Amino acid sequence: MSTLQIDFGHAKPRIVGIDLGTTNSLVAVMDLTGPRILSGIVPSVVSVTKSGEVIAGAEAREMLITHPERTVYSVKRLMGRGVGDVQDELKLFPFHVVPASDAEGSESVLKLQLGDKIMTPPEVSAYILRKLKEDAEDVLGAEVTQAVITVPAYFNDAQRQATKDAGRIAGLEVLRLVNEPTAAALAYGLDKRKEGLVAVYDLGGGTFDISILRLHDGIFEVLATNGDTHLGGDDIDNLLLNIALEDIQSEWGEDVSGNASLVQMLRRAVIQAKEALSFAPAAMIDLEYGPRQYQREIDVELFNRLIEPIVERTLGPCRNCIKDAGITVEQINETVMVGGSTRIPLVRSAVERLFRKRPHTELNPDEVVALGAAVQAGILGGEVEDKLLLDVTPLSLGIETMGGLMSKLIHRNSTIPASETELFTTAVDGQTNVLIHVLQGERELVKDCRSLARFDLKDIDPMIAGMARIQVRFLIDANGILNVTAKDLRTGKEHSMDVKPSYGLTDDQVEAMILESYDKAEEDFKERQIREARVEADAILGAVDKAKEDDAYQALAQEDRTAIDRSINELRLAYHSDDHLLIRDQIEKLNQATMALAEAIMNEAVGKALKGTNIND
Amino acid sequence: MRFYDALGLEPKLALDSDDLKKRFYDRSRQWHPDRFSRGTSEEKKRSEEMTSMLNDAFRTLRDPVTRAEYFLRESGLELSKDAPPELLEEVFELNMALEELRGGDESARGQLVSAQERFTGMLADADSGLGGLFTSYDGKPDAAVLEQIRATLNRRKYVSNLVRDVEKELNVHSAN
Repeated sequence: MSTLQIDFGHAKPRIVGIDLGTTNSLVAVMDLTGPRILSGIVPSVVSVTKSGEVIAGAEAREMLITHPERTVYSVKRLMGRGVGDVQDELKLFPFHVVPASDAEGSESVLKLQLGDKIMTPPEVSAYILRKLKEDAEDVLGAEVTQAVITVPAYFNDAQRQATKDAGRIAGLEVLRLVNEPTAAALAYGLDKRKEGLVAVYDLGGGTFDISILRLHDGIFEVLATNGDTHLGGDDIDNLLLNIALEDIQSEWGEDVSGNASLVQMLRRAVIQAKEALSFAPAAMIDLEYGPRQYQREIDVELFNRLIEPIVERTLGPCRNCIKDAGITVEQINETVMVGGSTRIPLVRSAVERLFRKRPHTELNPDEVVALGAAVQAGILGGEVEDKLLLDVTPLSLGIETMGGLMSKLIHRNSTIPASETELFTTAVDGQTNVLIHVLQGERELVKDCRSLARFDLKDIDPMIAGMARIQVRFLIDANGILNVTAKDLRTGKEHSMDVKPSYGLTDDQVEAMILESYDKAEEDFKERQIREARVEADAILGAVDKAKEDDAYQALAQEDRTAIDRSINELRLAYHSDDHLLIRDQIEKLNQATMALAEAIMNEAVGKALKGTNIND
Repeated sequence: MRFYDALGLEPKLALDSDDLKKRFYDRSRQWHPDRFSRGTSEEKKRSEEMTSMLNDAFRTLRDPVTRAEYFLRESGLELSKDAPPELLEEVFELNMALEELRGGDESARGQLVSAQERFTGMLADADSGLGGLFTSYDGKPDAAVLEQIRATLNRRKYVSNLVRDVEKELNVHSAN
């Protein structure tokens, strides 16, 4: 070929950066001049046509009005969650969920019924990813097989895993999951500042994140992150939607909330009004449905009053994040705004007030995350050599211990990859497996944390209790996803195990966990004390029961035996009270009452042992 | 000690925090999994292992208290969970005052506030004392100095728990 070809060094396949958003998704790529958005915004909507074809993007969004019952939006809110997690959420959606069978229970993966098709959230997301992949391939003129996908910083292990699964289903090798606020910081090129502290406030369609980073010569080190995976522009839409539905009920004398098609048209109308209110003092919610019309003017004053609680809910995580980063608000040099909802003036002024400086809004808040994902793709591809992201895990990782307590192994805000090892052994003779329950969360009780998975260390050779030595390594990788490996220290070989991932707790609980961990420390402490007292009570009751079978018990005086029985009954009564001191008192009393018995048994044992020695001699 | 090895350091108690940070950043640049995304699975695994070790090491060593606790553990010394005997009397009175405040006796508040100040002072003393002990041990490793460090850490841990408890109680009751 005689024409001059410029080799951009792109002989190797391009890695794309994808922002898989709640409302909209975008794909970008790293060029020599910087990150570039490929094709337009793809609405995160998937629909199944009458003929059974699945479509995604703008076309599917139109189906929201015509065929709401076979169209899914905001599927990101359902990623990595179980049927039991999303009952409240589902009331707002026009599509149907396949009820879990009794065998599956509330811990099973969510399935959506769309026309004749049944799909899980990762499958739905995969259609959006596939659309982005095709768009990128059209523009680049080459196949795309590898991607960086962004996730909310506050996504837990199951939500991250579900996102990675979606990529795989769409035929993309997900080289890295990057946290959205961190990606945004990369896109802003804030590293031109050699040293400094940056706060990224990311309020999107369905999720809220706050991250604080230290910049150092091209290194973006996340110091702390916080957020709420259940808070965003969707919530504002729902507030306005409820007002409009009430209005219509009183004006038309009819409850139209069951009319899915009308509700979706109305949703679109309130979103238009919401967006207009960022630039105008008032806006009209305008709906025409057949011959009927509904109009309502909303002014900024009313709008601000409505959304104030939502804006307020973002500030608590911000304060906690600053505290966790170990800095003061005055030390923060820059604040960056990400996500469509940060266009709202009330949000901007609240952030400005909290961080005491005018936030950066130069880049399009809808595009900045995808651009950052492309920069990260460039880092992985080797085109960007002077930048490096050091991110953290948003939630603490731990295992269940005695009495339903969570024992933390890796603390939140630890730089990832992070690891911890723990030694496990058997508790009874001949035990052949050990069950490990892994959790994520900040609270002290297992029931307040999110269950990630149960690991079964199986096929342990039968031996005396406590002899087995199995070292388990918990590693949170650079994607924020947990990897567990086990090694038998006696043989030095890898130990096999079964893994059962769980989606047991609701996401509300996950959010609540972190928020509550700051103000519920008191309550936790009390519950923990009760638990511990009960564990102790169980131990002594078990021991006394066993001792009663001993000859020494029969040898006791009748009144001693009565005293023991009375103490047992009193302890059993106290056991179910909420007073740990009372439980401990009764344990002490039972201890006293069984003193003579314990001594008798001890003497007997010593006697036997001495006899044994004599025989052996 | 593997955490020191990960950062290319001799096991010393006193460390320069800027130097530590620089070592952490330099090694992150070299070893981070982002640098090996097109590498072999062997390389990826090694990078992940080295980076997680590096991260764990930096997290532990950058804070003088967790660093000293690690150093002691590696030297075969465990921290004790008991109250330092010299504080027993004070703690006894403190618990009484806490009990009174919980019972609604506001007159205990003044005593608690001053106890809080005293304990916070003790923490600062412990911290500045540690610095001297670190240098002394690094200069001439002496088991007696290590024992002194252990006593200081025990005391520090206990006092910091007290500060936390008092703070919590004062906050709970001022909120009501």
